[in-house]
Amino acid sequence: MDLQGQIIQYLATGLTLGSIYAMVGLGFTIIYNATGIINLAQGEFVMFGGLIMVFFTTTLGLPLFLSFFITLALTTGIGMLYERLFIHHPSKTAPLMTLLIITVAVSIFFRGIAMFIWGKEPYSLPHFSSPEPIIIGGAAILPQVFWILGLSLLAVILMNIFFNRTITGKAMSACAVNRVAASLVGIDVSKMVLLSFALSATLGALAGASITPIALMEYDRGPMLALKGFCAAVLGGLGFGTGAVVAGFLLGLIESFTTGFISSAFKEATALIILILVLFIKPSGIFGSAEVGKIKKI
Amino acid sequence: MGKNNYLKLLVMAAIIAVVPLIVSGDYHLSILVFMGINCMVVVGLSLLMGYAGQISLGHAAFFGIGAYSTGILTTQFGLSIYAAFLCGILFSSLVAVIIGIPALRLQGHYLAIATLGIGEIIYIIFNEMVGLTGGPSGLSNIPAFHVGGYPFSHSIQYYYLVWGALLVILWFSLNLIHSRVGRALKAMHGSEVAAGAMGINLSAYKIQIFVLSAIYASIAGSIYAHFVSFIAPNNFAFMNSIMFLMMGVVGGLHNIWGAVMGASLMTFLPEYLRVFKEFDILIYGAILLAILLFMPEGFLEGIPMLYRKYFKRGEA
Amino acid sequence: MNHKKLSKISLITAFTLFFCLSLTGPAMAQGPIKIGFVASITGGASWLGQPEKDTALMVQEWINKEGGIKGVPVQIIIEDSKSDASQAVLATKKLIDGDKVVAIIGSSTSGESMAMASICEAAKIPMISMAAALQIVTPADEYKRIAGTIESPRVQRPWIFKTPQTDTSAVEAIYAHMKKKGITKVGIVTVSDGFGSAGRNELKRMAPKYNINLVADEVYGPKDADMTAQLTKIRTSGAQAVINWSIGPTQVIVTKNWKSLAMGMPLYQSHGFGNKKNIELAGGSAEGVIAPLGRLIGWEKLPKIHPQYKVLSRYATEYEKRTKSDVSTFGGHGYDGLYLAIDSIKAVGPDRTKVRDFLENDIKNWPGTGGVFNMSATDHTGLDLSAFEMIQVVKGDWAFAK
Repeated sequence: MDLQGQIIQYLATGLTLGSIYAMVGLGFTIIYNATGIINLAQGEFVMFGGLIMVFFTTTLGLPLFLSFFITLALTTGIGMLYERLFIHHPSKTAPLMTLLIITVAVSIFFRGIAMFIWGKEPYSLPHFSSPEPIIIGGAAILPQVFWILGLSLLAVILMNIFFNRTITGKAMSACAVNRVAASLVGIDVSKMVLLSFALSATLGALAGASITPIALMEYDRGPMLALKGFCAAVLGGLGFGTGAVVAGFLLGLIESFTTGFISSAFKEATALIILILVLFIKPSGIFGSAEVGKIKKI
Repeated sequence: MGKNNYLKLLVMAAIIAVVPLIVSGDYHLSILVFMGINCMVVVGLSLLMGYAGQISLGHAAFFGIGAYSTGILTTQFGLSIYAAFLCGILFSSLVAVIIGIPALRLQGHYLAIATLGIGEIIYIIFNEMVGLTGGPSGLSNIPAFHVGGYPFSHSIQYYYLVWGALLVILWFSLNLIHSRVGRALKAMHGSEVAAGAMGINLSAYKIQIFVLSAIYASIAGSIYAHFVSFIAPNNFAFMNSIMFLMMGVVGGLHNIWGAVMGASLMTFLPEYLRVFKEFDILIYGAILLAILLFMPEGFLEGIPMLYRKYFKRGEA
Repeated sequence: MNHKKLSKISLITAFTLFFCLSLTGPAMAQGPIKIGFVASITGGASWLGQPEKDTALMVQEWINKEGGIKGVPVQIIIEDSKSDASQAVLATKKLIDGDKVVAIIGSSTSGESMAMASICEAAKIPMISMAAALQIVTPADEYKRIAGTIESPRVQRPWIFKTPQTDTSAVEAIYAHMKKKGITKVGIVTVSDGFGSAGRNELKRMAPKYNINLVADEVYGPKDADMTAQLTKIRTSGAQAVINWSIGPTQVIVTKNWKSLAMGMPLYQSHGFGNKKNIELAGGSAEGVIAPLGRLIGWEKLPKIHPQYKVLSRYATEYEKRTKSDVSTFGGHGYDGLYLAIDSIKAVGPDRTKVRDFLENDIKNWPGTGGVFNMSATDHTGLDLSAFEMIQVVKGDWAFAK
């Protein structure tokens, strides 16, 4: 394999990993903006996305396309239920620190539920299209990789349109800037918070359903993904959606190229050291402006 | 330190002395030892969060530094336990200063994110430096703690060691809270700007508290290593940091006693839930959620509050 | 002291009392013979713990249906270590202290077993681990002595035994097969947990003995989603074969990645690959994968006179009937541990020291699921290379590798 082939291969791997981190990171950002909460149960949305999809495709035998949308809908429902049951009420009185820990408790609880429904074994899904790799410049790339990339890019573009072009999206952005002011101009903040959890869950489900064919899924995959996604969100400037997405891709690429050209033992360390350096040199994240980057008091 | 706190410390000392008369057996005493170890870490976190208003998402790393320092130095370099303990403390203070100085100068919660990153890096170091740490397979055969050549062979000795140390830590921390530093921190918690204007050197105090909490965690880690005699990187990963935070929040972060209660309850609960076999993760999560939802200020404040709310509506 | 503070103090006192009271259990009366069983039923290694637990429940049923041990019923007390060493320690202490068990089987992972071993040694209670690392049964000094050499240990920890084939044997089986195939340059990729790092250690240690040159040494995390980058690197290193050392979902992901890269070199997996579920999950990608597996996999193909045949056919058919899932080597490790303990107790009675002596001296030609055990003072595993068959995945099923 020549150098060009290698680079294309690492690029493909990095982008695949990156798109997962990006979607989880974006999910973090959406909830953080609406509520100031760092939702550590974000990885569980991904897990539910994968496993619910397995249930409909493999167990019930529904067509892939149909079960994909059912999965998105159901996970979104889980996200909304989560907000109404565990966040809505305490968010009025509890300190943000308690809310953060509530999200941890929810993630433990979700894992418990998933363990009961699906057990501890990993599950796989059929590829969305052919499982045969396509050879590009000497590198072998699975069609599923294009699905993952395509779906995540689509999601990011839709989110961007939503936040910048629609009234509801703009209302949500307003909540992020100043909740009190937003409610004063007649925005239903409570509804916006609910919506943020719904969107975030949808993104998680999208990521989960699309990676399961290549990465499998089991009940306790969530925390790891949450950690990576959180790093992406911070690196991109917490609270800045596009930043989180770019940072997510960057993180994936760093991991993949470090593995290829330095050592796989240090792939995570390299990513983290970059994170820390960025924090100390440019605290608002790579893409965050000083204004957006001002971290809310947890 | 108020009279009230002296009384509480005395009560606690009495309880510590009496408990072994009621509780016996290696198993039960071991739970109490783990409880004390967790209390130490969480008391430090409580100082950092409840009083200095900073969050650490990487305290398991300091716990790990303590554990690995004593573990490595005693098994591979033949250092005495006390010297190893001290090295652990020095080492974790050093790391705390290195992270703390840049992070705490910044506004907001950069410490939270910086500790998260450093915590993960330290975890990777534990995993990758196989020659020293034994890598993911862990480091075993760490010698038992000993005093003057008498090794600790039973949990009861560790029980007294841990809870004795915790008493000292509590005494020190309570004194600190009621000293100049504590008052400065309290002012800072109210308003950083105002406190700064009064001439309080904010970042210096914050760093001191951060280092202190790292030292507590390191001591706890060293005791843990000698007690279990085996350590592996798993015990010092991100989720463990979150567990420590959770213990603090469940007990109530604004009070050191809350930290003690939270750590005790959260160590004890999983053992109690053993009877539920595999359902325990579900029940554990549910109990945790219930506590957090109904007592958002923590257990210590929450129970009297709920009590007043439901039983003494007239008086409250 | 005002009212609020008083209520706080009373709260603390009540709390403490509650702890103390719930910590004092009643003393145990004479009853069934108790065997402790610690497994990683939940947490990261639950993959191992689940089949082990199912096996323990099944064995308990069997033995009591047969009338227990000399008429005394057997109780297997199962504890979950949550894949965490300190939980394993607590569970072990509970079993020794509260339940007063005769012997302890456990735990599923090497790390937990290491933590438990020192307690069992101090309490003088026989422990049979279900994890593979040689370190578990070998004293630290002895292990240090043989590290970096290709020697076997000369002493073992007196109270500690284990049932899985040692990593060393699995590695040697793979290397022997490679030697036969003329493979000399090998790339290894291992998971960064206890299982993977122990395997990596043995892979490096034994390579010179078989004239194998390790040209790449890559690692990945236990929850990583893609190992294409690691495999690509191995591909460029000039290796003639890849060895992957992991358990759980990652070994399937590596298989999928290996297939999608069309690497043009064989993939060897560790002895942890022995579960048909892996072939199923890999969805066709596992075709051609080679692994050293115990005879539990593909037992149907054994001649009926094989010493293990009876044990294997009973265990495999009953397990599959009971759990409706494919039999795995891990459950088998639990089975061997439990029956080693039960047979020893049958022979010498529920006496910890006698059971230990019996395990060390009298387990000879003992057929288990992992192989035919021959324990001795210098070998507390009792299995060698011959416990393994090189198995290859052919048309979605196991077949003996050529």
